[in-house]
Amino acid sequence: MKILVGYKRVVDYNVRIQVKPDGSGVITDGVKLSANPFDDIALEEALRLREKGVAEEVIVVGIGPADLTAHLRNGLAMGANRAIHVTTADAVQPLTAARIFLKLIEKEQPDLVILGKQAIDDDANQTGQMLAAIWDRPQATFASKVEIADGKATVTREVDAGLEVIEAELPAVITTDLRLNEPRFIKLPDIMKAKSKPIDVIEFGSLGVEANDHLKTTHYAAPAKRSKGVMVKDAAELVAALKQKGLL
Amino acid sequence: MSERETMEYDVVVVGAGPAGLAFAIRLKQLKPDTSVCVIEKSSTIGAQILSGAVIEPQPLDALLPGWRDNPPPICVPAGKDEFWLLSKTGGTRLPVPPGMRNHGNFIVSLGALCAWLAPQAEALGVDVFPGFAAADNIYNEDGSVAGVRIGDMGVAKDGTHKPGYTEGIDIKAKLTVLAEGARGSLTKQLVKRFGLDAGSDPQGYSIGIKELWQLPAGRVTPGKIAHSIGWPADTHTYGGSFLYHLDKDRIALGYISGLDYSDPKYQPWEAFQQWKNHPSVKSLLEGGTILSAGARAIVTGGWQSLPKCEMPGAILIGDTAGLLNVPKIKGTHQALKSGMLAAEHLAASGLDATGFDAKLRGSEVMAELKKVRNVKPGFKKGLWFGLLNAAWETVTAGLSPWTLKNKADWSTLHKLGECEEPKRDYVQRTLPPRDRLAGVYFAATEHDEDQPVHLHVADTDICATRCVEEYDNPCTRFCPAQVYEMVADESQPHGKRLQINSANCVHCKTCDIKDPYEIITWVTPEGGSGPNYQNL
Repeated sequence: MKILVGYKRVVDYNVRIQVKPDGSGVITDGVKLSANPFDDIALEEALRLREKGVAEEVIVVGIGPADLTAHLRNGLAMGANRAIHVTTADAVQPLTAARIFLKLIEKEQPDLVILGKQAIDDDANQTGQMLAAIWDRPQATFASKVEIADGKATVTREVDAGLEVIEAELPAVITTDLRLNEPRFIKLPDIMKAKSKPIDVIEFGSLGVEANDHLKTTHYAAPAKRSKGVMVKDAAELVAALKQKGLL
Repeated sequence: MSERETMEYDVVVVGAGPAGLAFAIRLKQLKPDTSVCVIEKSSTIGAQILSGAVIEPQPLDALLPGWRDNPPPICVPAGKDEFWLLSKTGGTRLPVPPGMRNHGNFIVSLGALCAWLAPQAEALGVDVFPGFAAADNIYNEDGSVAGVRIGDMGVAKDGTHKPGYTEGIDIKAKLTVLAEGARGSLTKQLVKRFGLDAGSDPQGYSIGIKELWQLPAGRVTPGKIAHSIGWPADTHTYGGSFLYHLDKDRIALGYISGLDYSDPKYQPWEAFQQWKNHPSVKSLLEGGTILSAGARAIVTGGWQSLPKCEMPGAILIGDTAGLLNVPKIKGTHQALKSGMLAAEHLAASGLDATGFDAKLRGSEVMAELKKVRNVKPGFKKGLWFGLLNAAWETVTAGLSPWTLKNKADWSTLHKLGECEEPKRDYVQRTLPPRDRLAGVYFAATEHDEDQPVHLHVADTDICATRCVEEYDNPCTRFCPAQVYEMVADESQPHGKRLQINSANCVHCKTCDIKDPYEIITWVTPEGGSGPNYQNL
C-alpha cells in the first residue's frame, strides 16, 4: 500500500504573527518556518501504518518555492520514503492544491491520502474535502484514530457531540486532528539518511492544473488592541462600574 | 540498555554563531575533505543569538570575498555616530571615542547574519544541525575530549520517559570546537576539568537586553548610531545604551548593564525600560510597536580573563573563549577572526589543538584586546574615574605598564544594609512592555513544560534562608525573563520558597553568572526549546 501525505510549510506556531505595515500580507522574512503541525501528525500516522506493515511506501508532497527542499528533507528525516516537490512561487489556494493532489494521485495511484485537517496559516480546512470530491472517493475528516484492514479504513472522527466512528472504502482521503498521535522527534542519523532519499521536482506549470483565483485577499489587519483595563478596589466598585456601563 | 548511537566526524562544532560558522566555512575552504558538523540548540539558525549589532566587515571580506554583492538581509551601512551622557531629562553630547567610530561598518541583525552564513557553510559540505542541544562533553580513555553528547528528547519533568522518548546520540570527533557564546555550558565544565583559567583573571560579563521596534514612517535615519552612558545608571553601576537606526522604519535598541554591579536591588531589565522612557528616546518610540525582544549575557573580561583556549581534543573560539572588545562594544569581528584562525591552525596541524592558544595570543585578535584591557575594569571605581581612565588608555593605546584586575561577578554584590543603596531617580514608565512577562512574550520563548527543569539550583534551602537575609533573593531581579520567583510557603523559615519558571527562560545565562552563592547551573533544555528571536 502506498500513502500520499500533504506536507505544507507554514510560519511556526511560536512566531508572533505581524502584519506588514502596508497591510499586503504578514511578515515572513527572518521568521521561523516549519511543518504545519497537522501535517506532521499526518506523516506520523502514515509512518506508523508502514511500521505496522499496513503500508509499504510513504510519500510526502510539498507545494511551494525552490527553497522548500529543506522542509521536505525534514519529512524524509522523519521517515518518509521519498518526496514530491511541486514548484511554484505563488501562494496556492485550497482548490488548486486539491487539483494538484489529484494529478499526483493519477500518477502515483496511492491507496490512501492523509492530509492535515487544516494548515495553521490560512486555517481554510478545505483541501481534504475538495480533493475527496474531485477524486470521487470517500473522506474521513478530523481523524483521532485510524485503523486499516480489508481494504477499509475505520476512522474515529472528532465531532461536536463527541466521537463518531465511520468506515471508508479505500482509496480514501483522511484528514488528521490533534489527538491522532504525537509526532516523533527527528534523530540526527536520520537527517543524514534523508540526504540521499529522492525528491521528485515537478514544475507546477507542467501539471496542466488550472490555478484557482476565485478568492482575492484584499487586506490584512492585526486584531484591534484591547483597551486599557481599570483596577477596582472591591466588589461594590465593580458592581457600580458594570452598572454604569449598562452591563448589569 | 542498548548502546548509545554514535556519529563520527573529523570536527564537531558546538554553536552556529559567527565563530562556529566562520570556523566551519574556513576549514572546508582549506580542507574540503574534512568532515565537519555544527550543532545548534535553537530550532532554527539565528533564533537564539542576540547582538546590537554594528560589525566591522573586514573578517567577512577575508572569509567570503564578494559577500557585499549578496549581503545578509539586514545590512545597513553605518552613518553618523553619536555619543551621549544622559541626565534624567536631558543630555550632553560627548565626542565620539575612537573605538566607537563606525565609518565603514554595518548595522546588522546577528541572527539574520547567522541564518545567512549557515547555508553558505552547507554549500561547502558542512552538516548544520539546528534543534539539537549539546548536553554534555564526552571523553576518551586518556582524558581528552572525544566529542559531545546530544540531549535526550521526550523526557518528562520527573525524569521518566514519555512515549516519544528519543535517546540523544554521541557525536565523536577528532576535534571538538566550542563556539557556544558567552558562558557556554559545556565550556564551563571544560574550564573546570582542565583548569583552563588557572593563569587568568576570573571572566567578567554584562547583560544586554534588546528590543526591535517598528516605528511610524519617516522617524528613523537609516545608519544612524547613538550610544549613551549616564542616566538611568548611578555612577557606580556600569550601564549604557545603544540605538541603531535600520531600514524599513525599524530601530534596534538595547541597554547593557555590567554584571559586576554591587547593589542587590538592581534590576537590569528595569534600567533598560527606564532608559527607553528618557525624553529623547521616548519621543522616538511612541506610537511604534515591538517586533521582537530578548536578552543575552556578554563576555567582557577581555585580555586578562582569557582562559587557555586549547585542551587535548578541543579548543575555544569566539565569546565562549571571551574575545569581545568592550570599548568597541563589538565581538562579532573577533568571533569571525578567531574561528578562521582556528580553522587555519587545525588545517595546518592535522586537527591537533596543540599550539592554538599560542597562535591566538600572538594574533591581532589578542593585540586588539590588549590595547583596551584596562578600560572596562576602570569603571569599577565609578563613571568619572572610568571615563578618565578610558581616555588615558585610549591616548596611550594601552601602553600603561599595569593591568587592572578583574573580579568574579558573583562576588561583587553587597549584602543588604552593608552599603547605602544608590538613589534611583526613576520615572513612571509609559512605553510597553509593562513588565518582564509582557517582555518575554516578544521573545517567543517556548519550552515543553513537561521536561526536566534546565536551571539546576544545587541547594534551594539557601534561597529560603541565607539568601533572603543576605541579599533578598537577587535572582528575582537580575533575571530579565522573571524565571525566578519567591512564592509564599508557610513551611519555610521566612515564609517563602524559590519557584523556577523555567519555561520563560531566554537562555541569557545571567543567573549562572551572577548568583552570589554560585549554586545556579544553566544546562541545555530539550533541543529546539528556548527563545525564537526574529532579527535580533
